[in-house]
Amino acid sequence: MNKIISSLILAVVLLFSVPAFAAPIETFKFDSPETEKVFHKLSEELRCLVCQNQNIAESNADLAKDLRLQIYTMLQKGQTEDEIVAFMVERYGDYVLYRPPFKPMTWLLWLGPLMIFVLGVFFAFRFMKSQSSVSQPESLSEEEIERVKSLHADMKAEQGDK
Amino acid sequence: MIPELGHFALIIAFAISIVQSIVPLIGAAKNDSAMISMARPAALVQFLFVGLAYAALTHAFIVHDFSVLYVSKHSNLVQPLMYRISGVWGSHEGSLLLWTLILSIWTIAVAVYSKNLPEILMARVLAVMAMISTGFLMFMLFTSNPFERIFPAPLDGNELNPLLQDPGLILHPPMLYMGYVGFSVAFAFAVAALLGGKLDATWARWSRPWTTIAWSFLTFGIALGSWWAYNELGWGGWWFWDPVENASFMPWLVGTALIHSLASTEKRGVFKSWTVLLAILAFSLSLLGTFIVRSGVLVSVHAFATDPARGVFILAFLIVVIGGSLGLYAWRSATVVSYGRFTWFSRETALLLNNIIFLTAAAAVFVGTMYPLVVDAFGIGKISVGRPYFDTMFSFIAIPLLLLLGVGPAVRWKGDNTSRIAKVTISFFIFSLVVGLLLPFLIEDKLNIATGLGYAGALWVALTTLKELFDRISKKLKLSLSYIGMVVAHLGIAVFVVGVTTTVTYSEEKDLRMVPGSSYNISGYEFRFQGVRKVNGPNYIADEAVIEVWHGEEKSGELLPQKRIYSGKSNPMTDASIDKTLFRDLYAALGEELGGGAWSMRVYYKPMIRWIWLGTLFMTFGGILAVSDKRYRQKAKKKSTQPLAATGNA
Amino acid sequence: METTKPTLLRRLMPLIIFAVLVIFLAVGLTLNPREVPSPLIGKPAPEFELPLLLQDGSFSNKDLIGHVTLVNVWASWCFACRQEHEVVKQLSRQGVRIIGLNYKDDADDAKQWLAKLGNPYQAIAADRDGRIAIDWGVYGAPETFLIDQQGIIRHKVIGPLSDQEKFDALMAVMQTLKK
Repeated sequence: MNKIISSLILAVVLLFSVPAFAAPIETFKFDSPETEKVFHKLSEELRCLVCQNQNIAESNADLAKDLRLQIYTMLQKGQTEDEIVAFMVERYGDYVLYRPPFKPMTWLLWLGPLMIFVLGVFFAFRFMKSQSSVSQPESLSEEEIERVKSLHADMKAEQGDK
Repeated sequence: MIPELGHFALIIAFAISIVQSIVPLIGAAKNDSAMISMARPAALVQFLFVGLAYAALTHAFIVHDFSVLYVSKHSNLVQPLMYRISGVWGSHEGSLLLWTLILSIWTIAVAVYSKNLPEILMARVLAVMAMISTGFLMFMLFTSNPFERIFPAPLDGNELNPLLQDPGLILHPPMLYMGYVGFSVAFAFAVAALLGGKLDATWARWSRPWTTIAWSFLTFGIALGSWWAYNELGWGGWWFWDPVENASFMPWLVGTALIHSLASTEKRGVFKSWTVLLAILAFSLSLLGTFIVRSGVLVSVHAFATDPARGVFILAFLIVVIGGSLGLYAWRSATVVSYGRFTWFSRETALLLNNIIFLTAAAAVFVGTMYPLVVDAFGIGKISVGRPYFDTMFSFIAIPLLLLLGVGPAVRWKGDNTSRIAKVTISFFIFSLVVGLLLPFLIEDKLNIATGLGYAGALWVALTTLKELFDRISKKLKLSLSYIGMVVAHLGIAVFVVGVTTTVTYSEEKDLRMVPGSSYNISGYEFRFQGVRKVNGPNYIADEAVIEVWHGEEKSGELLPQKRIYSGKSNPMTDASIDKTLFRDLYAALGEELGGGAWSMRVYYKPMIRWIWLGTLFMTFGGILAVSDKRYRQKAKKKSTQPLAATGNA
Repeated sequence: METTKPTLLRRLMPLIIFAVLVIFLAVGLTLNPREVPSPLIGKPAPEFELPLLLQDGSFSNKDLIGHVTLVNVWASWCFACRQEHEVVKQLSRQGVRIIGLNYKDDADDAKQWLAKLGNPYQAIAADRDGRIAIDWGVYGAPETFLIDQQGIIRHKVIGPLSDQEKFDALMAVMQTLKK
């Protein structure tokens, strides 16, 4: 019973936390355009933990607002991008990063597509090799014979309405 | 009464669907023409009943029948008529009904336009499509009934999510579904061919137009979604790599590989078992998409009311359909043998590479989307995979793709020699590279290699494609619509790349605190804030800012971004204002009142962003042109419907 | 694609890959993809000093040492906090030391809430702007942290304690600490 109630409550909470969809605009003043760029970059690469897959730049959630302020404050204090990222990961784990870190747990992720591509090219290569070692038949291939047959049949059908 | 009729119609459709799944298949196996001939009428009747059910639900929305639970959740008394009509597919149950309706439309289209198909093949294709329909009808009838009543009926309903109250979003789901569901035709053809144990060039010729049309719809549907997001969400973004978006992009990528692979199979009889597998894969990914959207397994902004219980049903369905077809593939693909030969430098090789590239791309999206789930399932932690990952992957994938696009279409089938096209190709390559790399320098006085390569790639594709076209014209060769479609679609890629490259590199945005009378400059455009006024809409009230945009001495436009409060909700919604031309967008979104007449707002300058969707329009149009080719229409003129000796043997 | 017959393994490969995918999807249906585990488990509680809600004075991380403690993040605007409050009060009656962390709340609203629903907390630290909560990796309310005698975070409950499964998990860890 408790479980039903809690999931209902969660559903209700989520319903009301459907985003306001008014663009979350902060009127921070930055020391330099470069700092502003870093702010935007970080806001776009950090995840809003209470949202349904949004970064903190795009989310209207309170937590997102707090985190944007946190980033701004740290940037004003002169901290670097890496330091701010480390700060967030220390508190929220890797989940907060939309750019997954490159570590053993994510090697397959970052290198997977490349491996698949290499594998694909390798198999294609092997196929091409095996193909060219088979000599070209003198006569028509079976495929070509089929086609002649079907074309012939099409022609026949055109002539007589059978 | 009418909702009950709708429910009843669904039940009848379900019964017919079962018949349509089983009888023609048995008929095909036994070559029993009576059973085979049930396929087409069954498809027609099923379409009629599904259509009736759909009409019943639409009727309930139009007349504000809030005793129907689904209507009461997604419509209210002040909702405009067009959003009552589109509200039908605004959420889980109704969108399933739309899926089923569209599937029945594709089914009768195949039934009607299959006069030249051997009857046995036609029977199998329609039966497979009916099986899919059965699954969806079962899903609705047992877990997600759109006609469920609520008692007592509320006096007013909850309005449709304001985000969905937009013209772009009316068209987006139906177009997407036409695409996703359309791949079921290629899928059915593939399964039918495996069942029959025979797959030849004519099979590819039959499958091709259906697949290309579905692909065109899907391209258009995805583009609509992107365009809508940009116009509506106020963040200037047009693609977010959200799991639901990825769920539509994966079938598109595989579908693109499929239409090219079908071309090879049709023309040269090669890659047969690959084409069959791609056909199965494309539709499988469509189905996987429905699972992702509705099961709650992945976190997404798009997710419908997610429910793991429904997820179980869909998973079971996936196991039957995908597992079944892949099992059939394992069993029967040995009978599908390709006989074509080709040398290293040939169109076939290019298309083989094309398959590999697009499959790699689909794999990248797949891996990125599923990885968090895998990591969580193993209990080793929780990670997120977002835009930075996918953007990086696709930047790399674009390189071999663009390179290939410039060479592949120019190479002859079966075997060509490099010297024939080497000189022109290499000179275009060098020219594109130089001009491409030079452009960022000219624009911004700065060297930007990634951007330069993007421009180089687009230029390379455009030049090589047009060169081939001009060659054919000058040799007075006939230009088939199929060929022109290809040219247009490939040029679309170049246009798309120019749009993405430019907007990603040279966009500017600024969050501002403005008081009436103040102004701000971006890229030579001056945004002058005049003030905010109150405005009334049909079911909302809004604060509307007036921002004049000046370019030098000239007023180039006016932006009127709004913050709307809809009747049903207390949360405000942004309506961004965009001044658009083909070469740049100026965009403003309104924030909050800051006191003293000051407001926060965001202004953007987005160069060439329309080229992104222009490119996709080219691709869509290219697909439509290709399908209009007269060799497909010629078939329709033929009166003969009887199977001929060489084809269609079970 | 093959000029020679493909091996059975080759033909089965797509099905095998699909089967693996199905297993993951099935497992996925049992998981909660929105729940974020805390990286602070096994680490000392973050340094902080906050004013008390109900009295003058302050509360700091040093005050957590010496006793097994639950730090319960709550707020008057938090719906689910209301739901778990009975459980929190019961734990308090059983002698568990519970410190409240009042998260982004208005002081008067918080006091009224406690007056109405009861105060199980030994002390309540007021984190008005949520800055300290960020250091704890808090992303919503209610959340509950279990701190051992040395001031190390040993467990985190995300969501209301009225959830039986989560409550049992917390109790299990707490038992190990008493020894």
